[in-house]
Parts: sequence; C-alpha cells; structure tokens
Amino acid sequence: MKLKVPALALVAALALAGCSTPAAEPSPTPTESVAADTLSGTVTVFAAASLTGSFQEIADAFNEEHPDVEIVFNFGGSSGLATQIVEAAPADVFAAASPATMKTVTDAALTDGDPVDFATNVLEIAVAKGNPGGITGLPDFANPDKTIALCAVEVPCGSAAAKLLETAGITPSVDTYEQDVKAVLTKVELGEVDAGLVYVTDVLDAGDAIEGIEVDSAPVNYPIATLAASTNKEAAQAFVDFVLSDKGQSILGAAGFGAP
Amino acid sequence: MPAGLALGLLLLPLVALIIRAPWATLPSLLAEPTVVQALGLSLATASISMVVCLVLGIPLALVLARSALWPAIPRRLLRALITVPLVLPPVVGGVALLLLLGRRGLIGQWLPFTIPFTPLAVVIAQVFVSMPFLVIAVEGALRASDRRFEVAAATLGASRFTVFRRITLPLVAPGIASGALLCFTRSLGEFGATITFAGSFPGTTQTLPISTYLLLQTDPNAAIALSLVLMVVSVVVLLSLRDRWVPGVLA
Repeated sequence: MKLKVPALALVAALALAGCSTPAAEPSPTPTESVAADTLSGTVTVFAAASLTGSFQEIADAFNEEHPDVEIVFNFGGSSGLATQIVEAAPADVFAAASPATMKTVTDAALTDGDPVDFATNVLEIAVAKGNPGGITGLPDFANPDKTIALCAVEVPCGSAAAKLLETAGITPSVDTYEQDVKAVLTKVELGEVDAGLVYVTDVLDAGDAIEGIEVDSAPVNYPIATLAASTNKEAAQAFVDFVLSDKGQSILGAAGFGAP
Repeated sequence: MPAGLALGLLLLPLVALIIRAPWATLPSLLAEPTVVQALGLSLATASISMVVCLVLGIPLALVLARSALWPAIPRRLLRALITVPLVLPPVVGGVALLLLLGRRGLIGQWLPFTIPFTPLAVVIAQVFVSMPFLVIAVEGALRASDRRFEVAAATLGASRFTVFRRITLPLVAPGIASGALLCFTRSLGEFGATITFAGSFPGTTQTLPISTYLLLQTDPNAAIALSLVLMVVSVVVLLSLRDRWVPGVLA
C-alpha cells in the first residue's frame, strides 16, 4: 500500500496539469466522440503477466464506451509473448513489461508506429506475512544463511533484479532462479524462501500473504504498441488510447503502477 | 489414415526441430559451460532417479500384482494411487511435494536439513513423476509371467528370496528393463515438478529442460539446440539400451 497513494497523487497531478501522455493525447478525443459507435470486432491484446488485473479492469471500462468491441487477452511473460508475436501469433496490441522485450518486436518491424510508455513499475522485496526470515533490506540478499529467490535473468524481472543488485554493489547468495514473478511469489508465500525481488504491483496483487519492503530501484518502463498485422487497427488504437487516457492511467495507478 | 495422422503428429514436430536447429553454431552452443553443466546434472540425477525407482518400484509392483487377490475397493484404490502421478500436472506434483517436504511442509518442518533447492529435491521430483512407469511396466510383466515356475521352484525347496531372485526377476526382466528406461527418459525430461519443488540454480538444480525453457525467453536458437540434445539423448538411450538389454522386445 505504501506506493499506492503517491502513485495516485502523481496521476491526479498529471491529469490536473493536463499534460498526461503527450504522445498519444491528440487522437483520443476525436476517436472517442466520433467513432464510439462505429468500433466493433475483436481486439487481441498480448500483455505482460503483471498487467493481468489492471488490464482486465481497463477492458471493462473500455467496454462501457465501446460495447461492440470484444477485448481478448493473452497474458504471459513478456519475453515469451514477444517470441510468439515474432512467430506470427495473431495479436492487435502488445503491452510489454520492459523496453527490451518490446524491442524484439520493433526490431522485427512488427509494430504499427513507435511504442509508447504507459506505465512504470519498481522492484520491491517480497517476504511472507510477518517476515519470518527477518529480512531488513537488500544487504540480506548477500547472506548465505537466508534463502533467496530471484527471477531468472532471461525474464524482465530477473534482469531488473540483477541490475538493481549490481548497482547496490551486492553479490546475492541466490538459491533459485525462478521462471517468472509468480513463481517467486509462490516460493515466498509457501515460506520456502525468506525473500524474493518482485514488482511492487505483484506485492499489492498478492494481498495479505505477502509483505513488501521498499528498495531504492530505478523504475522500469512498460511500452505499448499496436501491431502492423492487426486486422482491427481502429479498435486496437482506441484501446491503446484508452490505456493512455486518464481513466486507464488511474486504474493502473490504483494497482501500484507509476505514471510514465 | 488416422494412424498416419497420429504418426505425423508425433513425428513432425521433431522433424521441425531438426530442420530449425542452428546446425552451424551447434558445436559452440553445446560446448558452453552452462550447457555442459546442465546436461551433466540431468544425466546424473536421472540415473540416480532410475536406480531409486528400481529399488522402490519393483517391490511395489510385486504388491500390486499380488493385489489381484484383494477385495475390489482397496485393490482399485492402490492402482489409482500409483497411477495419479501419471495424470497429474507435474507442477501440481511439485506443489504437493513442497507442502510435504518443504521447509514448512508436513514432514519437512521436522527434518534437520532442507530439501528444496538441492539436487536431492531434483531426484525426489523425478522419482515422483517417473515411478509409475516402472511399477506399471513391471506389474504388467509379472501378471503375464507364468506363476507355475515359481510354484515349482518353491516345491523343490527354494526359499522365497531364492524364488524371487532366480525365477521371478529373470522372468520379468524385459518389463523391468523397459520400465527403467521409461523412468530414465521421463526423469531426463522432467520440468514442472522440478522447477516447482527444486527450483532452478545452475549446477545444483537447473536441469537441461529448465535451462532450455529459460533460454527460450532470450535465445531461441540456443533453446532449440538444447531441445535437440534432449531429443537425441532420449532416442539414443531408447534405441541402444533396448537392443542390448532385451533383444526380444524390438523384434
């Protein structure tokens, strides 16, 4: 809950200042007022697993304005999703958990225009309820007596964790490199490890079973883009615009994401 | 026609794998220390798992074969219990193992050492998923074998252990061999239960299937190369050992 209030405040401040997401702001107003009734069909959104809750909420809100558009989600690890898109999976929108995974898709020239950052996320130490391992901060990650789980460096949360620990000058004594954030959380929740490094949004999403300890980490940008192979470009663009709109941003803010 | 379709479904993905394999860079990819390490760990743990399966699984197969004389309910219950790991998603098996043997597990909390994140956990996960293959193969052989040889040996004064060692074991040897091979290859390919229960740390618990999965996120070519290794090892094991151990089975 620690980050929720400042994030919301930030979103609100941006909204008041009227300067949120300048890159995409010009288009929504005409699209929404004129095309609200003309949009229909299906929009398939490939989105990072960490967006599961907030994107479903965004889709519900989007459907209030565009009831004829059906949003279909494929949530998964960003790297895997990027690979699927490169292997020609049918998708209209890609929302990635890191610029690096989005780059896989832009490098293959499969996006429609440049991706836009729509949210940021920061890492946090996750411990089980009551902090049974007595974790106080990042230096504990170097203690061989503590059991530590990180994401594998091959996935975005793992590379972010590796970068964070390196910047902090800590050589972690890791016991397991998990395949994604959820696997780290499961190990923490079951008490098999004393601590893991996950995103703050995952800590919030996990509810009471997990407690977070803030760390000083650089935020990771989440980019979104419509895809060149989309068969429903207008609706796809409307969804992206909605994510970038104040309404979309406040839903993301409530889930713990920061504004880009 | 359906048979051809079935064969195609089984075979064509492997053909695609072979065609897409990065043959030019294959030698250097496979010489990577991390790959060698993962392959070594996989071969070692799968071999140990196979031995454990043999030691524990053959007695269980004997009990299961004898259970033909039991009342229906315990007999069916036993058979169902043994078959569960075959149909259970391996990840569920891994979670179940954590709840039993994890640091806060039913049994794990009383142990003076922790099992998860050690090679021991890898072996336990592999035995859990592969034991049913051995039990069912051996039990099938036992039921098909002619019990009269055992009875004859017993009437000639052989002790129960002698009968088991000199008559029963040789009779079901083909079943044991094929069961052991299935155990080994299933253990070699184990992923879900291992990553859930044992985690993934290079050199300790990161077996070849796990490093293949992780590499797929960033370096699909390397992942394809590793998949090829797994496939070749499995096929070589199946072909070479089968011929040597049980000449009659392939004929």
